[in-house]
Amino acid sequence: MGLTGIEIFKLTPRTNCKECGFPTCMAFSMKVASGAVEIEKCPHISDEAKAKLSEATAPPMKTITVGKGSSEKKIGGETVLFRHEKTLVNKPLIAVQFCDCISDERLEEKISNIKKVSYDRIGEHMQAEGAIVKYCGDKDKFLKVLGNVKDLELVNILYCSDAAVAKEGLELVKDTNPVLLGANSENINEMISLAKEYKATLGIEAGTIEELYSLAETAEKAGQKELIFNVGGKDIAKTFETAVETRRAALVGGDRTMGYPSIVFANTLSDGDDYLQTALASAFVLKYASIIVLDDMSYQTALPLFGLRQNIFTDPQKPMRVEPKIYEFANPKSDSPVLVTVDFALTYFVVSGEIERSKMPAWLMIPDSGGYSVLTSWAAGKFSGSVIRQMVKDSGIEEKLTVKRLVIPGKVAVLKGDIEEELPGWEIIVGPDEAMQIPKFLNELA
Amino acid sequence: MAYKKTAKKYSGKISQVTVGTGEKAITLGGKNVLPFYKFDGEAGNKPKVGIEIMDESPSEWSGEFAELYSEAGNDTAAWAKLVEEKYAPDFICLRFEGADPNGKNKSVEECVEVAKKVADSITVPLVVAGSKNNDKDAELFKNVAEALQGKNILLLAAKEENYKTVGAAGALAYGQKVAAESSVDINLAKQLNILMSQLGVKKEDIVMNVGCAAVGYGYEYVSSTMDRILLAALGQNDESLQMPIITAVSFDSWSVKESLATEADEPQWGNQMERGIHMEVSTAAACLVSGSDAVVVRHPKSLETMKKFVNSMM
Repeated sequence: MGLTGIEIFKLTPRTNCKECGFPTCMAFSMKVASGAVEIEKCPHISDEAKAKLSEATAPPMKTITVGKGSSEKKIGGETVLFRHEKTLVNKPLIAVQFCDCISDERLEEKISNIKKVSYDRIGEHMQAEGAIVKYCGDKDKFLKVLGNVKDLELVNILYCSDAAVAKEGLELVKDTNPVLLGANSENINEMISLAKEYKATLGIEAGTIEELYSLAETAEKAGQKELIFNVGGKDIAKTFETAVETRRAALVGGDRTMGYPSIVFANTLSDGDDYLQTALASAFVLKYASIIVLDDMSYQTALPLFGLRQNIFTDPQKPMRVEPKIYEFANPKSDSPVLVTVDFALTYFVVSGEIERSKMPAWLMIPDSGGYSVLTSWAAGKFSGSVIRQMVKDSGIEEKLTVKRLVIPGKVAVLKGDIEEELPGWEIIVGPDEAMQIPKFLNELA
Repeated sequence: MAYKKTAKKYSGKISQVTVGTGEKAITLGGKNVLPFYKFDGEAGNKPKVGIEIMDESPSEWSGEFAELYSEAGNDTAAWAKLVEEKYAPDFICLRFEGADPNGKNKSVEECVEVAKKVADSITVPLVVAGSKNNDKDAELFKNVAEALQGKNILLLAAKEENYKTVGAAGALAYGQKVAAESSVDINLAKQLNILMSQLGVKKEDIVMNVGCAAVGYGYEYVSSTMDRILLAALGQNDESLQMPIITAVSFDSWSVKESLATEADEPQWGNQMERGIHMEVSTAAACLVSGSDAVVVRHPKSLETMKKFVNSMM
């Protein structure tokens, strides 16, 4: 378990030298205890103290880096079971599976689908992060597919229980921090040495959680500490159970041998049913996969899945914000109204959804207002006449308009006078109190 | 060392609420573990999946829904019968979109007639949803509850603003079940349950509707609210939060850009209906894993998928 601030304080030099950026050693220690600062920030801390501390504060679940360069990702490293307890940190990766039974056309199609699904959503780039190639018996084809897939520059995941074939595969993707899946009780020793040789994360699988545990112990003893559990089989309930049990044994039970990320094959579990694949993948975003495998990539699967993942992995202590800018709805024209609201993502979603529903052309102006709700931003002075004027000027929206109408949220009707002073030439209209009333309001306004 | 299971035993239990009558009646709740954690204890009744229909013709929705239900024409009762026979939902959720004073503003009498006809043409339990206008819904629920006495329907839902009418008429006078609606806030959920109990509504007659959001649209609040409700209900044995949860997934999942944008709007995104179904099943699966004991979906494919999902998880 972690040390308290006082215990950490005793390890510091207690000179209050301020080199760490904090006024006192005590203040620094408290921050370290809360996990906000790394102990290394103290230049005077002894190695012995550092070792003691890292032992005590080592997280119950290991963070593992997979992929290299632009595809590098971290998985694992979670400290809580529920996001409200603190925050969830590393998003599960979405990977697409290939194998050596695939036809050339299908191979090309899947590769092109992966490239096609690539977009930005609230400051995050969305695309598949991993590609799995499974060995089904045709070595030459396996290596050929792997060669094609690695050009995608995603996290390379090899699924191959034949150590000799796996070695040739790893040779193709060496120096990319690949993942090697397929270690089981039969081949564990060869697979461990391969993983060590090629610096791969080793994926282990077994029929029961007890066997999984003993394989993890074997790997740890041999010095292979980059592991991932393949928690799935063909049975959905069993997969869910293993995903929950491993995560819980690490975070609640404090057993670090269970403290590794997990991979779930939503494609295998759903057996060709695309809708079920989306449902299962969504369930495992919540509990508790670190890599989720899909059969293919498409917008219809990606949109909900990436959206859900982005939601669940936001820090509850930091409100999710949208980019301040002018958003356009139904090709707004120079006489369409400009609605204004705050940059709190939830507010934006509700308001934009209702404008969308109204099917009326409109501009939606979002100034930088601190990421709070309308009333909170207003109370904090971050959503005021001058903030709105600044946004109108910075955005250059006026140049696009012949009729200048600004609709403000009904809850801040009190701002009307202020804004009228700040923006001469504009008609300031008080909008509805609730977003729900926007469609009716816009229809009447037009 | 050997693997040691870290099972979690809770002292609390989610109450059981029965909706409908006869063979097709459904019972919600009954778990004393987190959703689908049957390896920890009693996972309770299988979560139920219902399908949404409206008091207006299906053509009010997108073209493909109209096609899907074309046999039913403009008759809501025929529509209800069709979905029961063809898709075998656990329950049917009839939503009175047309009662909205800001919309068609159908009279309460007219709505009651529709509700009666629908209830008479189906054997699965009926859930009645309102127009989202508090005053109108209070009136509507009161009259529907009276007209359908003995059918043991679920009224979706009583809110802070109208719980007195809905709770007193629905549950106390006419013996129906009532959902208590709060918007993604554990404190409001708890408060409303307490208010309903003080009104005299029994725990076995209350279901919670704690709110929803489509995935990608603030779903984290839904998930965290349900997590916290379940942990309080089970872990702290908080009786005022032990009601089963119903979530009207379809009300949210079909009104976001991913489901609404036409192919002309977003040519890259592909078939609009497919997108809508995927948004719906993703949101429904997330809700079920978070804690819903029943979900309402709109598309028959979503219904089929979620039933398959529930059956394979339990």
